[in-house]
Amino acid sequence: MKPAGFDYARPDRLDEALAVLAEHTHTARVLAGGQSLGAMLNMRLVTPKVLIDISALAELGHIQADDGMIEVGAAVTQDQLLRWPGLKEQPLLAQTLPWVGHYQTRQRGTVCGSLAHGDPSSELPLVLAMLKGAVVLASQRGSRTLTAADFQTGTMQTAMRDDEMIVAARFPLAAPGCSSAFREIGPRRGDFAIVAAAAVGDQDGVSLGIGGVADTPAIRRLPWLDGAGLDDALNTIAWELRGSSDGHASAAYRRTQVRNLGRQVIGETQHALFNR
Amino acid sequence: MRYLTADAKHPVRFILNDQPVEGNAEPRLLLTDFLRREIGLTGTHVGCEHGVCGACTVRIDGASTRACLVYAVQAEGRSVETVERLAVNGDLNDLQRAFRRHHALQCGFCTPGILMSLSQLIDEEPTADEARVREVLSGHICRCTGYHGIIAAALDVLAERQAGRHV
Amino acid sequence: MGMVGQSLERVEDLTLLRGGGRFADDLAEPPGCLHAAFLRAPVAHARIEAVDVSAALALPGVTTVITGADIARETKPFLSGVKVDAPQFPLAVDRVRYVGEPVAIVIARDRYRAEDALELIDVRYEPLAAVIDPEIAAGDDAPLLHNDAGHNVLHERRFRYGDPQTAFAEAAHVVETTVRYPRNSCTPIETFVVLAEHRPGEDTYEVTANFQGPYTLHTVMARALKVAGNRLRLRTPPDSGGSFGVKQAVFPYVVALGIAAKLAGRPVKWVEDRLEHLAAATSATNRVTTIRAALDGQGRITALDYDQLEDCGAYLRAPEPATLYRMHGNMTGAYQIDNLAIHNRVVVTNKTPTGLMRGFGGPQVYFALERLVDLAATRLALDPMELRRRNLIPGEAMPFTTTPGAVLDSGDYAATLAKAVREGGLEELKQRRTAARAEGRLYGIGYAAVVEPSISNMGYITTLLTPQQRQRAGAKNGALATATVSFDPSGAVTVAVSSVPQGQGHRTVLAQVVADELGIDPGDVVTVTDHDTLKDPWSIASGNYSSRFAGAVAGAAKLAAERLAKRMKAIAAPDLNVPIGDVELVDGLARSISNPDNVIALVRVAAKAHWSPLSIPEDAGAGLRETAFWVGRELREPDEQDRVNSSGAYGFIFDYCGLEVDPADGSIRIDRYVTAHDAGRLLNPALADGQIRGGFAHGLGAALLEELAYAPDGSFLSGTFADYCPPTASELPELMILHDQSPSPFTPTGAKGLGEGNCMSTPVCIANAVADAIGKPVLTLPLTRPRVLELLGESEPADPSPPRPAIITSSGNGHALKGNGSHIVPASPEEVWAVILDPDHLAALIPGCHNLERTGENAYRAEATLGAGPVKGRFTASVTLRDLDPPRALQLSGSAAGGLGTATGQGEIRLTPVEGGTRVDYFYAVLISGKVAAVGGRLLDGTARGVINQIFTRLADSSQSQTEPKTETMPSLRSRLPRWLGGAP
Repeated sequence: MKPAGFDYARPDRLDEALAVLAEHTHTARVLAGGQSLGAMLNMRLVTPKVLIDISALAELGHIQADDGMIEVGAAVTQDQLLRWPGLKEQPLLAQTLPWVGHYQTRQRGTVCGSLAHGDPSSELPLVLAMLKGAVVLASQRGSRTLTAADFQTGTMQTAMRDDEMIVAARFPLAAPGCSSAFREIGPRRGDFAIVAAAAVGDQDGVSLGIGGVADTPAIRRLPWLDGAGLDDALNTIAWELRGSSDGHASAAYRRTQVRNLGRQVIGETQHALFNR
Repeated sequence: MRYLTADAKHPVRFILNDQPVEGNAEPRLLLTDFLRREIGLTGTHVGCEHGVCGACTVRIDGASTRACLVYAVQAEGRSVETVERLAVNGDLNDLQRAFRRHHALQCGFCTPGILMSLSQLIDEEPTADEARVREVLSGHICRCTGYHGIIAAALDVLAERQAGRHV
Repeated sequence: MGMVGQSLERVEDLTLLRGGGRFADDLAEPPGCLHAAFLRAPVAHARIEAVDVSAALALPGVTTVITGADIARETKPFLSGVKVDAPQFPLAVDRVRYVGEPVAIVIARDRYRAEDALELIDVRYEPLAAVIDPEIAAGDDAPLLHNDAGHNVLHERRFRYGDPQTAFAEAAHVVETTVRYPRNSCTPIETFVVLAEHRPGEDTYEVTANFQGPYTLHTVMARALKVAGNRLRLRTPPDSGGSFGVKQAVFPYVVALGIAAKLAGRPVKWVEDRLEHLAAATSATNRVTTIRAALDGQGRITALDYDQLEDCGAYLRAPEPATLYRMHGNMTGAYQIDNLAIHNRVVVTNKTPTGLMRGFGGPQVYFALERLVDLAATRLALDPMELRRRNLIPGEAMPFTTTPGAVLDSGDYAATLAKAVREGGLEELKQRRTAARAEGRLYGIGYAAVVEPSISNMGYITTLLTPQQRQRAGAKNGALATATVSFDPSGAVTVAVSSVPQGQGHRTVLAQVVADELGIDPGDVVTVTDHDTLKDPWSIASGNYSSRFAGAVAGAAKLAAERLAKRMKAIAAPDLNVPIGDVELVDGLARSISNPDNVIALVRVAAKAHWSPLSIPEDAGAGLRETAFWVGRELREPDEQDRVNSSGAYGFIFDYCGLEVDPADGSIRIDRYVTAHDAGRLLNPALADGQIRGGFAHGLGAALLEELAYAPDGSFLSGTFADYCPPTASELPELMILHDQSPSPFTPTGAKGLGEGNCMSTPVCIANAVADAIGKPVLTLPLTRPRVLELLGESEPADPSPPRPAIITSSGNGHALKGNGSHIVPASPEEVWAVILDPDHLAALIPGCHNLERTGENAYRAEATLGAGPVKGRFTASVTLRDLDPPRALQLSGSAAGGLGTATGQGEIRLTPVEGGTRVDYFYAVLISGKVAAVGGRLLDGTARGVINQIFTRLADSSQSQTEPKTETMPSLRSRLPRWLGGAP
């Protein structure tokens, strides 16, 4: 189980990385933490001609908060973000990061790499979509910013063009008076989620995000509901997402957990907001 | 920019267990294979080559890392620590001794990776509790022990170091 | 105080903790060593039509490519336990019968290059119907795996002991259940490693492999290589990265690599990777058991009736069908049951061949038996523990011969059970259950009583023969263990055994055993555990399996050390000037018992034997080395009535646990798990507990998480450690261990095996507790959260939206990826129809299509690069259109194959005129096999949806562009075609 051959580029500057990407459109892959890509390379599911290693690009190593956003550079690991003191300004991200992979993979895996991979079960795309965040893409042609909803288009599919790479992700800071919650269920601790659920609530209502069921994170805005009203709303969402069966869980189980985890995260959010 | 072509071997230099090492590697050569075959340090074991079992865990610049998901050329200029680094002046360190005391290993194949993860945890989080130890260990698969002795050993060392008995 | 019985720290750890272990892949490679990689079948069942290796051979660095034809020429088929016409070679010869079956070997300069070359081998497969379910495979109309065998059931026998018919007729109660034990594997973290050399001058093979025995297989390997046993020199390395039975299954690769080295003319090494291991190394048998019990009015079980259908995978690989017979003497479990009927069948299916696995047959038998006991208790309204107590074999009856012939050596089962109840806090768990249930929570308690056999009788497998066949074949019995103990001239002691330890701490225990006999410090003993069939003593029973170490191997070491001690005393006696009877060995001294001041150092005694052999008493013998062979005298061959003492010693385990099921997500929280063992004398209690904890972890994994899963078409679905889920530290609950110690009268140490028992008891104990918690029968494993919710069977709220379009199910195949969709195309149905039926247009619709040719009426062959995101592979596809109903509907079917896997599928397209154009509805069902199915199952559905949706999006686009006025900025489909055809990625 060894990767196929590839050229290895370790650019010192972003423009060098973009130049290699432009020169090898279609055949280059950007390598950041490699915690998903590395396994796929070893299995020869992915066989690029060139790997562009951006893990040491100082330009992409920043975490900063301004304009109401946390901007995370493409070389920042999940663990670096988890340890960043300002993370408390975005509680949902802080609640979710410990569920991303394992202690060991978080120390190498990057925030933006997880977004670029576009696994429907991944936690970070769900959080980005929940928060209406965005990714900043760059190519030699320039840069553009895509919202989470526009960025991920399907299972491991994104709107990123072949000569583009993510240079940063932007997570909006939590609005005052919000509360949030995150839960997931998987076969074992650290496994990919069978269903992941996130909620962000405010005085007017709650946004519910579901990962692991549809091809992309699904976000629904709900008014505050209780009892049967909430059950019905969750049931509608569970059926709408049309989750599929795989070796880990049936579609029916996924629907059950949309209802179950959905109720839990909405309940936790509601409790934090109104019973404090 | 460093640009290394696929079909050639390229020199790789880094600090391995406090000593500079040098070898040659194609870009695709995994760090596991470089350590084991090029350098000849076979303490780092290969269990799955897809980043789940944790047997190959080493520390790169202090961070616990799956060596099967890193290419040797990526280690250039870094500091890599493997299980061979743990013993102090030839004697088992406190974590290794605790592993022996608590029968935390049987076949010993997954053990080097587990030692590396736990060594980071113990260095950085002296107040880690059992739940945290289990969470860190969930990045490893051990098929022999049922983890009981491993958890006990880690908690024992954490308690020892808390009490200032670390030698 | 003696060393035996103490929890000494392990000598092994001093090296292992430093990373200094010498595992198989750590050993030096000979100069010029080449590396092998295996090409494996992506489909479960197919005829191999052609194998083209020319491109692989042309790759620089590749030396040799070996195919089934080479192997068929160079080797003889493997022997198996049943004589049937189902030959098996280490490579598929003309047919593949399971996903992952080796098809070719590439030998190259390094592993990376060897794997490069695998992608260049072109194999043409003619697909055959696959059969996965053992009950379907056993039917007369099932697809045949081995045509010459004539049936998939390769072995069938019925056994009767006592008078089960009358017992059932007279029973007050009869209970029955059918359970299905799944496939799982203990998956050691070290995979298979083989390093082979061939010396053409003497036609000798020298192989180093992490083989674990049994050495019965040495004969199988030598015969396959067409050499005498002394020309297959098999070495095992000093350290092993775990086995649990699994490394028995490296043996076909020993033969494959032997031939590889011969044909390459160089040493060749192979290290199995994890994908290969999970797909194709080995597995526990899956078994369907229907079991019935007859009970009298007092809850005494008077008879059992088993119907066992054993699924051994695609071939009966030696020593199978041993899994089915290992437990034969123990089919009545821990109970005194006088009447027994057994119907055994062994069936082949398109799955990986099975083999040794911790617990070996025990998990399968006890899952049926101990579930049935619980059902019986429910039927009789008895406490399940009370029912067990009433049926346990009484302690005063030991040694006790069971109805099918096992000679249970020692133990007081009722006393161990009582101790477990008392010290494990069963009453407290019952109170918790009462309290939980009062709150409406699902809390259950489960029990399991298990007899754990160890030290397999080499003759038990012959129980599958009739007494007449056995008579013709000659008796097989016993289980030879060997050990060698020596003093060197410096007076240091070395121990060597043929046990091939797999991490259990044998070196430590052997030092303890030998130290006690020789009166020395165990720290001074060096134990050698690497083994060489040309230089070290061994026999067919050698190896590390059936928990034979503590009773048999340590026993042989004890015997060898006893003999050596006797000789040391004889040498020392003249120097001490006392009779031999007055000499004891203690603290490194030979000492007069009557005058403890009269001593001589053992090092001097040893030196004298080496330096002055003429000066020692003649009856002390020459050379301070003793090799002992031990054989259990009770291990007779099966008798005329098919009674067999299938093992040498039998421990007892009583387990119970309290757990809670969360009805919201199906998760199981184990509140407390108590396991009480009586495994005879404990040689090192800490290591014994380690074995129990390890067995428990495997048992828990089998109960809750682990399954080697196959789709009905035979595609393998558990190809990574993210899909096959061994428990981690976050999943393992604490375990309370209790011990009784009733020494075995039959083993030299009084010890019995104990490492496998929890693989037998834990799965069913947890299943019983879950059944108790939810009030529903548990008939299969693992109890994953989704499965637990399914068992709870609560109906889910209905889909509130109007009915969605039906999905075709014409494949009749439950696991297919299915989907549907709709696009509005601004064109008439006739125009859309024309696009679909035009090959050029069709080519443009398939994403990444390189070319598409017509191969017949409505039949096409295409080359396309398909995938999702970065995962893309080149596929060759053939598609047939049928049931054409222009311009309303058509059906498609087809298949595709490529490096990433294979796919077969069917679909339907319906065209309906609507306002503004045509509504195109499509439905599909696709079966995917091979690499992507094994490693990417989680993502396949979304990927298939993405690819197929692209096709119809393109259809909508192309129809649109064709029907709209042509403009410069919107070139027609026809003008875009050449670019698409040439420019696909």
